Amino acid sequence: MNGLSFDIAHLLAGGLVLVSFMLLYQARMYALLNLFALHAVVLSLSVAWQALIQGAPHLYVTAAIALGFKGLVIPLALHRIVQRLHIHRAIEPVVGIGLTMLAGMGLVALSIGVVLPVTAEAGSLAREDLAFSMAVILLGMLMMVSRHNAVSQVVGFMSLENGLILAATGANGMPLVVEISVAFSILIAFIVIGIFLFRIRERFDTVDLHALDTFRGERR
Amino acid sequence: MNDPGTLLVWSVLLIPTGAAVLLALIPAYTVTARLNMLASLLTLAAAVGLLWARPPTSPYLIVDDVNVVFIVLNTLVAFTTSVFSASYIAHELETGRLTPVSLRFYHAMYQGLMGAMNLALVANNVGLMWVAVEIATLTTVVMVGIYRTHEALEAAWKYFILGSVGIALALFGTIIVYLGARGVVGEGLNAMAWSELVRHAAAFDPALLNLAFVFLLLGYGTKVGLAPLHAWLPDAHAEGPTPISAVLSGLLLNVALFALLRFRMIMAGNPGTLAPGPLMVTMGLSSLLFAAFMLYRRHDIKRLFAYSSIEHMGIITFAFGMGGPVANFAGLLHMTMHSLTKSAIFFAVGHVAQAKGTQRLADIRGLTHTHPLLGWGLVVGVFAIAGMPPLGVFMSEFLVVSSTFARQPLIAIPLVVGLLVAFAALLLQVSRVAFGEPQGSSEPVHASYGPMVLHLGLVLVAGVYVPAPIVSWFQHVARLLG
Repeated sequence: MNGLSFDIAHLLAGGLVLVSFMLLYQARMYALLNLFALHAVVLSLSVAWQALIQGAPHLYVTAAIALGFKGLVIPLALHRIVQRLHIHRAIEPVVGIGLTMLAGMGLVALSIGVVLPVTAEAGSLAREDLAFSMAVILLGMLMMVSRHNAVSQVVGFMSLENGLILAATGANGMPLVVEISVAFSILIAFIVIGIFLFRIRERFDTVDLHALDTFRGERR
Repeated sequence: MNDPGTLLVWSVLLIPTGAAVLLALIPAYTVTARLNMLASLLTLAAAVGLLWARPPTSPYLIVDDVNVVFIVLNTLVAFTTSVFSASYIAHELETGRLTPVSLRFYHAMYQGLMGAMNLALVANNVGLMWVAVEIATLTTVVMVGIYRTHEALEAAWKYFILGSVGIALALFGTIIVYLGARGVVGEGLNAMAWSELVRHAAAFDPALLNLAFVFLLLGYGTKVGLAPLHAWLPDAHAEGPTPISAVLSGLLLNVALFALLRFRMIMAGNPGTLAPGPLMVTMGLSSLLFAAFMLYRRHDIKRLFAYSSIEHMGIITFAFGMGGPVANFAGLLHMTMHSLTKSAIFFAVGHVAQAKGTQRLADIRGLTHTHPLLGWGLVVGVFAIAGMPPLGVFMSEFLVVSSTFARQPLIAIPLVVGLLVAFAALLLQVSRVAFGEPQGSSEPVHASYGPMVLHLGLVLVAGVYVPAPIVSWFQHVARLLG
C-alpha cells in the first residue's frame, strides 16, 4: 500500500475520532445535530476512500447510505422533533465538560493501547482503523452515559454505530451481509426511536429521561 | 430445496415470517389467535423433523448436533406460549388494556420474534446470527412497550438502549473475529462461517480472539442478563404482556447464551487463548449472588421471577464457564429445565395477575383457596425453580454443584450460598402468595391450563427419569462444547 492512500485513510479515521470529541462537549441541541451530520459525512468519506483503495465497489453503497441517510435525513428529522417538542434549550450533562473530556482522552488512549499490540499480524491499515473505530465506539458510549436527554442519547448511539461501520469497512473483504445489515438496523432502530419519542411526548410532555426515572422501579 | 432437510430448515424460518405478514393483515382477533397457534405448531413439527433430516451445511445455515436441541426447545415453548397467549389476550381485550389494532401488531411481532430466534439458532454465518439477535431484540422492545403506560415505555426505552449498546459491542467482537480469521481462512464468506471458524480455530491469532471474546461476552452477556449488565431485564419482564415475559425468560435469554457458546467453542479450539472459563464463572457467580439477595425485597410478582431468571442464567453461565463434560451437561440440562419451568411459572403468574387485578405481591394471598389449580401450579413451579427434588431443576443444579465440588471446592462455596439464599427467598415469597387468608378482589379466570401442566409434567418426568437416548445425546453435545 502506498504512503499517500494510507495517510488519507488515517486522516479520515482520525477525523471521525475528532468529531466524536466535538460531540462530547456540545452543549446545544441544534449544534449537536449539525455535528452529528458532520460525523456521518466524515464516515462516508472514509468508507468511500476504503472502497477506492480496496477496489471494493459495494462499499460505495455503504458510503452513500451513510451520507444520505445519516448525514441528511436523520439530522433533519431530529431537527423537526426538537422543534416540535421545544427542547432546543441547553443540554444538561451529568458530569462537567472537563471531566468528560478527560475521560474521553483516557478512552482513546485505552483503545490504542489495547488494539495496536494485539493486532501485529493484521495489516497496518486494518490496525489503525480498528483502534480508531474502537475509540469512536467508546466515545459514543461515554456520550450516552454522560447525557440525560433522550435525543442526545440517540445521537450518542448513532455515533457509536458509525464507529462500527468504520471497523467493518476497515476489515478487508468482509462480506456485504454485514454492511447492509448495519445500515438496515440503523433504519429500524431509528423508526423505533422515532415512535418512542412521540409516544413519550404524548405521555409526559418531556423527553428528559431524568423525569422518566421518577416513575421507575417498584413504586406504583 | 430438493432434500427434506433443506425444506425443513427453510420452513422453520419461513413459516413464522409468512405468518407474521398474514397476522398483520387479518383483523379478527379470534382468527389470529388460532392462526398464531397453528403457525407455531407447524414450526414445531418442522423443527422436530430436523432431528431426522438435516440440510447440508451452507455458508449461511447450519443444523448440527448442538443447535438442533435448542431449535426443538425453542419451537416447543413458542407453541405452548401461543396457546397460553390466546386465553391471556382475550382477557386483556375485555379489560381494554389492549386494543384490536395493537393486538394485530402483537401477533405479527410474536411470529416475527420466533422467526428471528430460529434464524439466530440455525445461522452459520456469525454476521447473520448477529442480525437475527438484533431483530429479535427490536421486536421485543416494541412488545414490551405495547401497553403504553409510563412504566411500560420507560422499561422499553431502557431495554432498547441497553440492548442496542450490548448488541453493538457484540458486532464489534464479531468484526474482530473476522479480522482474525481472514488471514487463515481467506477473505469472503467463509471467514464468517462458524463451521469454518471452528475448523481453523487453532491457527488464529490468540490475541485477537481474546479481544473479540471480551466484547462478545459483554455484548451478548447484556442480552443474557448477566449481573452488571442486567438492569433492563426486570423492567422488561414486569411491564410487558406476560406471554412476552415467558418467551423472554424461557427463550430469548437462551438464544443470546447460545450465541455466546458458539464463540466459546471457537475459543476452546485455540490453545493459545486466554481461557474463557474464569470470565464466565465470575460473571455467572456474581449474577447468581446478586439476584439471590434481590429476591427478598420484591413487591411485584413478575419482577420477582425476572430476578429468578437472572439467577438461573448465572448458574448456567457458571456451568459452561467451568467446562468439561459433566458441567457442560449440567448447563445444557439446566437451560432446558429453566426454559420449561420459568415459562410455566409465567403462564400461572399471567392468569393470577388477571384474576387478582394486580401484580403486587402484598395484594395476592391465599391463592390455593381461591384458585386451586392456578395456586398449586404456581407452588409446584416455584418448588421446581427453587431446586426441590424430585423435579428436573434439582437434578441439574445438583450436577453443577457436585462437579464444582469435585474440581474447585472453594468456588463451590459461594455457589451453594447463592443457591440456598435464592431457595429460601422463593419459598418465603410463594408461601405468602399461595397460602393463608385470601385477600383482595378475585375473579374467576378463563385460563387454559394445558401449557402450564404440560411444562410442569415434563419437568417432573425429567427429574425422575430421563430416557437414555436423550442422556447420551446431551452427553455428546456436552463433549462438543469442550
